[in-house]
Amino acid sequence: MKIFVPVKRVVDYNVKIRVKPDGTGVELANVKMSMNPFDEISVEEALRLKEAGKAEEVVVVSIGPAKAEETLRTALAMGADRAILIETDDAVEPLAVAKILKGVVDAEAPGLIIVGKQAIDDDSNQTGQMLAALLGSAQATFASKIEIAGDKATVTREVDGGSQTIEVKLPAVVTTDLRLNEPRYASLPNIMKAKKKPLDKKSPADFGVDTAPRLKVLKTEEPGGRKAGIKVGSVEELVSSLKIAGVI
Amino acid sequence: MTILLLAENDASGLSEQTAKALTAASKIGGDVHVLVAGAGAKAAADAAAKLSGVSKVLVAEDASLTNNLAEPLADLIVSLSASYDVIVGPATTSAKNVLPRVAALLDVMQISEIVEVVSADTFKRPIYAGNAIQTVQSTDAKKVITVRTASFAAAGEGGSAAVETVSAAGNPGVSSFVSDALASSERPELTSAKVIISGGRALGSSEKFQEVILPVADKLGAAVGASRAAVDAGYAPNDWQIGQTGKVVAPDLYIAVGISGAIQHLAGMKDSKVIVALNTDEEAPIFQVADYGLVGDLFDILPEFEKKI
Repeated sequence: MKIFVPVKRVVDYNVKIRVKPDGTGVELANVKMSMNPFDEISVEEALRLKEAGKAEEVVVVSIGPAKAEETLRTALAMGADRAILIETDDAVEPLAVAKILKGVVDAEAPGLIIVGKQAIDDDSNQTGQMLAALLGSAQATFASKIEIAGDKATVTREVDGGSQTIEVKLPAVVTTDLRLNEPRYASLPNIMKAKKKPLDKKSPADFGVDTAPRLKVLKTEEPGGRKAGIKVGSVEELVSSLKIAGVI
Repeated sequence: MTILLLAENDASGLSEQTAKALTAASKIGGDVHVLVAGAGAKAAADAAAKLSGVSKVLVAEDASLTNNLAEPLADLIVSLSASYDVIVGPATTSAKNVLPRVAALLDVMQISEIVEVVSADTFKRPIYAGNAIQTVQSTDAKKVITVRTASFAAAGEGGSAAVETVSAAGNPGVSSFVSDALASSERPELTSAKVIISGGRALGSSEKFQEVILPVADKLGAAVGASRAAVDAGYAPNDWQIGQTGKVVAPDLYIAVGISGAIQHLAGMKDSKVIVALNTDEEAPIFQVADYGLVGDLFDILPEFEKKI
């Protein structure tokens, strides 16, 4: 079985982003970029399945600017076998991402597709579900555990009230949650090796996908600020403050 | 304009998140019909019919819809979609699971986790863990929307909508339910609680977490939350996590205990009315959003706090 893992290049999760003063977006120039953390978890899970003998090949794909090659090389350094970069400088919405990915999946025919549950830049939480819809396949979102047996996957999902376990027929789309695994770091020799691993380049047009956005971004602004309050000196003072505020 | 609101319901009935998403749906404007799906959904449907602003309730009680599996539920919503201009649901794990699937089947770009309705086609939504707010206008003829319920008050009662039965659209049979491990608790739900006390990694262990946080929660009738660090460390279960990728809450009182205040955590609680931070580190970023901060040893402060409230 082949496992297919889409990865996204996003602003590093440790960066405190800044909204551009003219309201046209978020400042991305000279900002540290990394692989979306949920996608690292996806890559790690695919590698573990391969190491457990459940898969033969792990293919990673990214849709983004030329620099997204760095993100793909990171995945290759972690242990993925080959990469596909679908190069575009446009912002591509989840629906168009899902359409492009469907094109790649149709060509590659993977048995399992592992997608991060959300990207930490636009926080949409859509791509995996949309891809499953377009493929007409099953979906198992927010996974904290994946087990493969034959042509089925048993997936435990993190849901609002606790967890739910479902079984899906392969090929299926699984989206990853935080507790699925702890991604490995790439070793230096593997980083060197990754430079020689195959990386194909394509464009959205190769898959006949129109990436024109459906959502028009009218404005991007800072959230309403919250001012720091006061430090109280004792528990007594805290309790009386909360009583005056009417919250206890 | 006619709006279809996907209800959040389970065996215990209709969740309050439905009434909150209803407030957002009503702001978009038009007739609001509520879809309640799942075996035994009749009780939740009757509760939805009483909500103010609902003009019709559709109830689908097929066994294939019992466990919120995405595929049959998405097919049901798509089968009803011709009559609706907007399909909306609360941003719960079940709606977040199914609505993007519906959106793709309808060739529509979903608008996720709106926090404000600007007009019938324009919405505000947080990006980058709430560190920026985007105003987006949808150009799709049909709109699929999830609502961040912490940003909307619950609609009241006073309605008496008719309840109609609809049939399931069929089950593609690609997924099946195995088991649930749902926490049962006497405490209020995080997303509807008036008071929340949350613990962080500074509590040091699952035992300490329970020993110092739970008595205060019991005394205040509060829900219990946790930071990602505390959940990752195994001090608290995953469904307690508050933050960018966990639950987003806005209670009247939020007490953060031993939580440093990473931006990912602040994203989930900074709209709370009153925030209290208890921390040993006086430089912790949580104090920048707290109305009342107290620096000191948590294991001294909390038992004393519990006695005095």
